[in-house]
Amino acid sequence: MIIKCLALALFVWPVPAVAQQDVHIAYLGLADDAYYDAQPGYTGLSLRDRKRPIDGARLAVKSARTLGRAMGVQIFLDEHILPDGSDMLAAATDLANDGVFAILLDLPAQDMDSVIASPYKMPTLFNIRHVDDRYRGADCAPALLHTIPSRAMLTDALAQYLRYQNWTRVLVLHGADPDDAAETITVQNSAAKFGLRIVGDREFTLSNDPRQRDLNNILLMTRQESYDVVWLIDAVGEFGRYVPYAIAEPRLVVGAEGLIARAWHWTWERNGAPQLNQRFRRLANRDMESEDWAAWAAVQALVSAIAASKAITPQAVGDELRSADLSVDLYKGVRGNFRNWDGQLRQPILLGTHNAVIASAPLDGFEHHADRLDTLGFDQPETDCLLAQ
Amino acid sequence: MHFSADRSEFYVACADDDQIAIYSTAELTLLRRIRSVPAPETFDLHPDGRRLIVSNEEDATASVYDVESGEFLTDYETGEEPEGVQVTADGRLVFVASEAANLVHVIDLEADEVVADILVDTRPRRFALTPDQTELWVSAEVAGIVDIIDVATLKLVGDILFTPTGLRREQVTPVDIVMTADGTRAFVALGRANRVAVVDVATRSVIDYVLVGKRAWGLQLSADESRLFVANGLSDDLTVINTQSLEAITSIPVGLVPYGILIDDH
Repeated sequence: MIIKCLALALFVWPVPAVAQQDVHIAYLGLADDAYYDAQPGYTGLSLRDRKRPIDGARLAVKSARTLGRAMGVQIFLDEHILPDGSDMLAAATDLANDGVFAILLDLPAQDMDSVIASPYKMPTLFNIRHVDDRYRGADCAPALLHTIPSRAMLTDALAQYLRYQNWTRVLVLHGADPDDAAETITVQNSAAKFGLRIVGDREFTLSNDPRQRDLNNILLMTRQESYDVVWLIDAVGEFGRYVPYAIAEPRLVVGAEGLIARAWHWTWERNGAPQLNQRFRRLANRDMESEDWAAWAAVQALVSAIAASKAITPQAVGDELRSADLSVDLYKGVRGNFRNWDGQLRQPILLGTHNAVIASAPLDGFEHHADRLDTLGFDQPETDCLLAQ
Repeated sequence: MHFSADRSEFYVACADDDQIAIYSTAELTLLRRIRSVPAPETFDLHPDGRRLIVSNEEDATASVYDVESGEFLTDYETGEEPEGVQVTADGRLVFVASEAANLVHVIDLEADEVVADILVDTRPRRFALTPDQTELWVSAEVAGIVDIIDVATLKLVGDILFTPTGLRREQVTPVDIVMTADGTRAFVALGRANRVAVVDVATRSVIDYVLVGKRAWGLQLSADESRLFVANGLSDDLTVINTQSLEAITSIPVGLVPYGILIDDH
């Protein structure tokens, strides 16, 4: 530690004798990405209001100005929002050849898959959007780091809370969306991991057809078993929003409604979070969402790596990003760094309602031989990622 | 909070109201306010007794005010979230920690500019200067250590890692540091570790850890240095430590989320 600190201590005079090195970070996205479209229900109301998280990245670059000055580095965020049909792999390769230090990937799954499968040497690719566990497992890639938590981390966090509260009998309700199928498997894994008992698992359908009452009548679906809590899995959200207070038993709903696991919360009060939330609000005029935080954390991690790196090159900084000694302030009270078996950023997960954080996982009492944060998500012995790290 | 030079008044930084409130120490009444001070977080009083150097948490600046007239004198650009402010005894240099940028900025008041930005460990918060003014200690909250800077060369010369038994590194979040007047001992509030570390300054080694309340943040020594007071942010109380025996004597309930302590005992 001390040797590293001595190497880092800079004595910078404010005269322009210091050579400024330029560091470029690319943000790669698709212009008419359906992911950001409003999602009107049959009444025309939209339940979804996703904003491109580039504001998070912009905030981190802005905040790093002074540190950049002290390091002799000027950081640029280059925004590449490309039209429909663009070859994202070609675009990413061009960026790599231009010497960018990292690419933040805000791409649909198909484009993401083609970029991370690149045969060319890539700078660090940051996954700031996809929670799918496969990107940390069988579909991992050497250049890929994830700042958004995996689905497994989110369901593990909620499962820890249920275990902690002793609400161990769980009724699962899930929809027919492919994301719901993936999440159901993850929920089952988390339940097994933390000793919860899934007493029932019902699929629901958005319909009013009385012949399908077994699939659409909330009372009927929730009065057959005894349970402590309902775990709702509903990526679309149209059915799920009617579940709380409508179930047969006076029980809480968690998962997609009620108590929700997130990477970030606009009301998080600890660890300096109000300052980050206020800075984001001033820049973007809206609350910071989990994806905004993930984009912010990617740039934050890169800046921390630059500060700690011996040389300021994409390769050296990329190595520093993967170092166990990396210390990123995530504003969640821990030193963040990346798991060396799957490139996932270790981080606490916030369990919150619409306007408060009720708990932060890992909960007190959940232990681990090396790092308590690794009780969330895929631990080293469980990983399907076969890269030799 | 700070006393005025003659201790007849004390100043309180009110970050949400963008002002510094000034009270009479004897009467505990409000005397006046310095208004339009952007989000003052921490501040230090210059040895001249007139200038207040304030860190403006939301604006990435440190600003200087005349405490008598309330006049804004000047400001300096810092990294994001400046917190700790420390003036040297000769009044020439001011150190400002910028939490988000992991920097200690060195402001030369005579030259009227920032003359150095020292990269330290993650999330630097508060300072203590050794009485001989040769070493500047700064707590790095997220890194769990105290960094030591040599004031003459403005270089990092050492650090202290806190390792209370049974606690993981991430559970140790040092914030406030106080030193005895003779410079032999330092006390460091260890935040989430719920303890205060007792440090031998010369050897930079931890002598003891004293268990206090939840999230130990603010520290203050009594005038005779026989007692150390600890503000426990998350148990809403104050712990009193006997500095001879290094034992916690008692904890006293106070108001909501106590932060800092000022003692009128001269």
